[in-house]
Formats: sequence, structure tokens, C-alpha cells
Amino acid sequence: MKALYFAWVRERIGLAEEEIEPPREVVTVRELIDWLSARDEGYAAAFANPATIRAALDKTHAAPDAPIGAAREIAFFPPMTGG
Amino acid sequence: MAPRPAPAVRVQAEDFDPGREQALLTGGRRDIGALVSFVGLCRDEDGALEALELEHYPGMAEAEIRRVAEEALERWPLQGLTVIHRFGRIQPGEQIVFVLTAARHRADAFAAAAFLMDYLKTRAPFWKKERRADGASGDWVSAKSEDDAAADRWR
Repeated sequence: MKALYFAWVRERIGLAEEEIEPPREVVTVRELIDWLSARDEGYAAAFANPATIRAALDKTHAAPDAPIGAAREIAFFPPMTGG
Repeated sequence: MAPRPAPAVRVQAEDFDPGREQALLTGGRRDIGALVSFVGLCRDEDGALEALELEHYPGMAEAEIRRVAEEALERWPLQGLTVIHRFGRIQPGEQIVFVLTAARHRADAFAAAAFLMDYLKTRAPFWKKERRADGASGDWVSAKSEDDAAADRWR
């Protein structure tokens, strides 16, 4: 699946997007965050405070316990500051 | 009852003209009684801000604003609705966001416009980064708990 990162999540990871292949046991958004966090220091820094991370599955807001299911795209970003 | 209007939603780098948007919505109509127009500006309170860089999630920004707009149409009997949100580099004094609501009566137009702005701030995927006038690298603007509280009052 495609993973997208925005704002300071993007800056800390050092990538705007990438293809990821999480293992089958990664079921929810929260589990995907944990799996990514274990990759290296950048991911760990980006996801250090889960309360400040928002996620979207296929361009729709998703809660941490939402199953990733067959989503083709997941995005991670800080709380939004538009308007 | 009149058919539900289709909201006009645009996410763009370019500036917009509120007068033109109002004319587009009202042109040729005689049934609208109230228009509420809101413009959010980039502000600099102490001379320290050179510009804001607005990052957005293309595709989701439009989709999420459209979802919020449809929710407003569910809640209030609106006759028209326009939302424009800019991205990219925006300097103090420039326009960032525009909401226009049309209804037979002012209470619906006011309430829908306030709802739209409160929800856009917490749900539309945009992030502001400050560019400082002194050349120093600025910070990402933090989300405010007041914005969450403002959105929560519509639940």
C-alpha cells in the first residue's frame, strides 16, 4: 500500500510518500504506527506521541483502532491547522 | 421543498474574489433572503511573520471539505454554498479561506457558515508553517484546543 506523510510527520521521516508492505499481523492503524516506528529513529520521532498523530485511509479520517483492511492508501499527519 | 443545492468546493493556490463568488451564487435568482460570507486572512500580530506555507493533502482536502459541506446541507435548509481554501505561500493580509452560505433566513445562513468554519479547521487536511521575517526557520502552527471545542459544540 502507499503511505503518505504530511507536515512535521513528513519532515521527521524524511519522505513524503513510499510503498509499504506491512506483515499480515498488522491489522489496525495503531499497529501500523507501531510497525513503522520500529524502522528507524526518524519514524520513531515522528510517531513518538501517538496523541498528536492523525490518520486517513483512502482519504477518509480513520481512528487508531480502525482496521486497515483493503485500503490502498494510508496517510499520517499532525492535527490539522487550516482555515 | 427545493432540491438540495450542490456545494461549490475549490482548493487552489490562486487568490479568490468574494464579490465574484457572491455574484456567481446569486446570479439570476430571486429566492435568496440571506447571504453570509466569511473570509479568513493570514495575520501577523507582531511584525515577525513573513508568510505562511500551507501544505495540504491533495484529493482528501477537496473530499473532506465536500463531506463537511454535505453535512451543512443536511442540517440547514441552504439555497447555496461555496467553500474555497487556498494552499501554498500566503503573506499577511492575504486571503486564505472563504465560506459563503445562502438561505431564505439569516439564522440558517449564519449558523451554517459558523459550522463550516469550525469543522474545516479541525477536519480539512491543511497544515500551516510559519516563515519568519528574520529569516529563521519557522515552526508548524499548533492545533488549538479552542478549535476542537468550537467544533464539538455542533455535536
